[in-house]
Amino acid sequence: MSKVLHQPEGTLKFGFWVYLMTDCVLFASFFATYIVLRNNTFGGPAGHDIFNLNYVLVETIILLISSFTSGLAMLAVQNKEKGQALMLFGVTLLLGLTFLFMEVSEFRNLIADGNGPARSGFLSSYFSLVGLHGLHIAAGSIAMAIGMFQIMKKGLTESISERLNCLSLFWHFLDIIWIFIFTIVYLMGAL
Amino acid sequence: MNVLFGNLTLSAFQHDPVQLGGVVFMFLGIIGVLGLITYLKRWKWIWTEWVTTTDHKKIGVMYIIIAVVMLLRGLMDASILRLQQVLSVGSSNGVLTSDHFQQIVTAHGTIMIFFVAMGLLFGIINLVVPLQIGARDVAFPFLNSTSFWLYALGAVLINMSLFVGEFAATGWLAYPPLSELAYSPGVGVDYYIWALQISGVGSLLSGVNFLVTIFKMRCQGMSLMKMPMFVWSVIGSMSLVVFAFPILTATLAMLSLDRFFGMHFFTAGMGGNPMMYVNLIWAWGHPEVYILVLPAFGIFSEIVATFSQKRLFGYKSMVWAIMSITFLSFVVWLHHFFTMGAGADVNSFFGIMTMIIAIPTGVKVFNWLFTMYRGRVHFTTPMLWFLGFVTTFTIGGMTGVLMASPPADFQLHNSLFLVAHFHNMIIGGVVFGFFAGITYWFPKYFGFKLNEKIGAYAFWCWIVGFLLAFVPLYILGLMGATRRLDHYDPSMGWQGLFIVSGVGLMIIFLGVALQILQFAVSIWQRKQNRDLTGDLWNGRTLEWSTTSPPPHYNFAILPVVEDRDPFWVAKEKGAPLTSRHYEDIVMPKNTPLGLYIATFAFLFGFAMVWHMTWLAIVGVIGVITVLAIRSFDDDTHYTITAAEVAHIESGAHHE
Amino acid sequence: MKKNLKVIFGILIGTLTVALFVGILRNSNFEVLNPAGMIATKERNLMSLAAILMLVVAIPVFVMTFTIAWKYRASNTKATYQPNWDHNTLAEVIWWGIPCIIIAILSVVTWNSSHELDPSQSIVSSKAPITIQVVALQWKWLFIYPEQGIATVNYLEFPENTPVHFEVTSDAPMNAFWIPQLGSQIYAMPGMSMPLHLIADKTGSYDGLSANISGAGFAGMKFKATSASAADFNSWVESVQQSPDALTSYSYTTLAEPTINTPPTSFASVPGGLYNQIVMKYVMPMRALDDASLNGMIMNNNHIQ
Repeated sequence: MSKVLHQPEGTLKFGFWVYLMTDCVLFASFFATYIVLRNNTFGGPAGHDIFNLNYVLVETIILLISSFTSGLAMLAVQNKEKGQALMLFGVTLLLGLTFLFMEVSEFRNLIADGNGPARSGFLSSYFSLVGLHGLHIAAGSIAMAIGMFQIMKKGLTESISERLNCLSLFWHFLDIIWIFIFTIVYLMGAL
Repeated sequence: MNVLFGNLTLSAFQHDPVQLGGVVFMFLGIIGVLGLITYLKRWKWIWTEWVTTTDHKKIGVMYIIIAVVMLLRGLMDASILRLQQVLSVGSSNGVLTSDHFQQIVTAHGTIMIFFVAMGLLFGIINLVVPLQIGARDVAFPFLNSTSFWLYALGAVLINMSLFVGEFAATGWLAYPPLSELAYSPGVGVDYYIWALQISGVGSLLSGVNFLVTIFKMRCQGMSLMKMPMFVWSVIGSMSLVVFAFPILTATLAMLSLDRFFGMHFFTAGMGGNPMMYVNLIWAWGHPEVYILVLPAFGIFSEIVATFSQKRLFGYKSMVWAIMSITFLSFVVWLHHFFTMGAGADVNSFFGIMTMIIAIPTGVKVFNWLFTMYRGRVHFTTPMLWFLGFVTTFTIGGMTGVLMASPPADFQLHNSLFLVAHFHNMIIGGVVFGFFAGITYWFPKYFGFKLNEKIGAYAFWCWIVGFLLAFVPLYILGLMGATRRLDHYDPSMGWQGLFIVSGVGLMIIFLGVALQILQFAVSIWQRKQNRDLTGDLWNGRTLEWSTTSPPPHYNFAILPVVEDRDPFWVAKEKGAPLTSRHYEDIVMPKNTPLGLYIATFAFLFGFAMVWHMTWLAIVGVIGVITVLAIRSFDDDTHYTITAAEVAHIESGAHHE
Repeated sequence: MKKNLKVIFGILIGTLTVALFVGILRNSNFEVLNPAGMIATKERNLMSLAAILMLVVAIPVFVMTFTIAWKYRASNTKATYQPNWDHNTLAEVIWWGIPCIIIAILSVVTWNSSHELDPSQSIVSSKAPITIQVVALQWKWLFIYPEQGIATVNYLEFPENTPVHFEVTSDAPMNAFWIPQLGSQIYAMPGMSMPLHLIADKTGSYDGLSANISGAGFAGMKFKATSASAADFNSWVESVQQSPDALTSYSYTTLAEPTINTPPTSFASVPGGLYNQIVMKYVMPMRALDDASLNGMIMNNNHIQ
């Protein structure tokens, strides 16, 4: 029994799982729309004209590694190793930001070539689906930066650990979403 | 475009006389309320006791107050619409331009669903669920406050469109391509999008909150099959919120991307697909109907059992019925557009699925009837609402099954028959249910009962008004009258029926006036109507086992239950549910941060409507900052010591 | 005494209401229930059947609600009171079972009628069908008769007892094309060509309208649909072919400009392929469209995704 409102153990975690489920439905809606619109190029480029699989593969690997390091960071949190946790979250954050940077420059190149989101239904759904994932990564990164700051200030208190646990769940969740994006958008689009 | 004001110019404040009347009315209302608070010197009280509260009971009350205010707005919209349809025949053009008429049509539907029905829904759930499961608050009280303020400020944004700019003139679901920039270049659709988006996120978070509350916060011994039926119905409803509202969020986001960045999700041409929008919006919209009506079913289950002084009949059947309705409501969305030509196989699949929903719904009705059977039925106002509900809802169910058959729908869709049908379901089902619930539970939260006599008069006005207002619409639909018409030829022979319908609406208005009078009189005579027992109706469930009004912490000692209807059983056995040994109680502190988050979200929405980039950035940074501040705060709870609890409890018993 | 007064008052009000409705509805045309064509007739019959089946459940519900509530009213202490009686398997099987049977019957009816009355299903008749292409514009209906080479605005005429094959699209926001006395409305959507098959059993003039909100002039999107004898129809076609105006690609763009309450107009001729162009311009870019039509790629576009 934690001190909060007679709130049973694991309430936050359960709540976070339910939230992730809603996020899943959000992504599912964007996926469904992408699948419906992906052939609506209206004279513009199709997926195989603009996707660079190698580049996306690098992005994917970076995100996968960041998921791994966030897992290690959580182990460090459980072992109450403050320094190690900070270092590993730092690496995760850095990898997340690198991923974001790569995604933004990919978008910039596409827009510079005249293939922005307003070009066709296909590109609208592509930019929005991938961008929604990017937005989540950005939100996760902000939360991670705040979390690191809190570790530095307050140490690994119970409530901070609990929240970091949720953040790490979130990060893994985004990784899984990215695997779907990689498969459905990039692989199936480029082939 | 102006850097500071975006697209907002003075012309946004120019209105025609009818609109101006609305604006003046709104401002008089606001000034009146603010003046009253100032006069009574209650500003501090408002802030500390209400605005910053995390108490689910107070949040519930605030939801209901806003919903009632919005109900008045929605009803006024309805009466202007009906007035136009009565007057605008042949050479007369009535009182409104067609554009303004269509704005009011849209506002009426949007407000009634999102800000009246949803507000009453979350109000009642907030009030009742924690008490019924024997908990001291919801799982996440701060989140609850945030959800409420998102809802409230969404309501502010939609009303703002009355004063600054315009509202969508697209119908309440804003089908593209009409709602796209090409055909709706004004800010109306943007107001629509952002008001719904903000309040929709609030609803979504509430859905998460209550699911977790019910699954994690039930008192000891209350297994799932021992929960009150209302709680079961809330599980159904909130599961639907959790699965359906993200679809709404996504759909509105795509529409706003189309409008803001010129994308092509749903545009005509350029690779957009308007039919995708229609599918998505109904994949949310159909479950939404059940989000509203399931808790109404739950309320009636409580009321019928209590006022028949008998156990609810067929508990297991009821649970199965709720759960099958929850599931089925996700596989029927296409029945809202059989006329889109999806083909006979698809149409008949969705038609049959729709009809199947009638089975569990019918089962529920029979179970209610058999709850009364061999009971002792007391005809209190909540029971009157119940009987009114069974009558009207059965008619609505019949017309619904009628339209579930695709070929019949080809002749009834988009007609006033359809309009009559869904008002039949929403008023007869949802609204009657929520009114019954408010009358039933009011004494629990305020310690005195509502005037029964005026309540009964209000009920009779509602039911007579409802029949007069909507039976003519059924008939008009069969005469080939379509919805949202602002003008027609006298040769159609529709005018008489529109007049009758308008008279019905006036009678409904009288009913609402009586309800307001009922509240006023009951508050005035609260000393006569006081209930000191906490168990006014000889209730069955846990909420009646605590005092009326309940203490801030609901239960001095958390109950332990062994049966369904635990309080009823305890009274039969003559054994109290709890001992009198008090312990320290930990409760959440009040906080204004939920209000701040919602305010920044509101600013963001307003900025997106008028394309004020700087304000949008302020909004986003504001939300993030407030969340960060909250995450640094470890001091979010306070303790009421056992001694204080004992003191409060002794006071409560000696009042 | 007071109770009697109430009853008398209630009956009086009830009678007055019924009289009022009868008075209002004396001369009304219940278009949906008063079909003039085979499709609308079948749809009305389906509605009647479904309504009767539903009444099988609804009437017992009404009767039971009020008899049970009255019999077990609290003041009637003679009635049995069993506060803990909450389950009876047989009863529950009955009210799960009977609705299941009714819905099963309705499902079969639904499946069959949905296939029989699907709007894309052509109507079997000894007479060859006539094709009419329907374009929803802001805010009027354009009817193109490709076989006759004519076009009309807000006026529709076709021969009686002849299947009419409508192809419906929109060069405006979504509308719904509906002639209640002939049956089956269908959405008119840009970039889509929706088939709809109707037939009129007799000569007459029927109301047609848009059933879906489409902007400021939506209420004025109504037209008369005339079902004429074959001879009358032919002479009408000839008279239209004599009319002074012709629809060209250029005058079409003027026609497509938003107007409200547009009076009926006729066009003696219409460019071939105009309807296809209207549909296709939302499906692919105009340049590609020109190339495609040059190459004869666009032939039949009944179902363009």
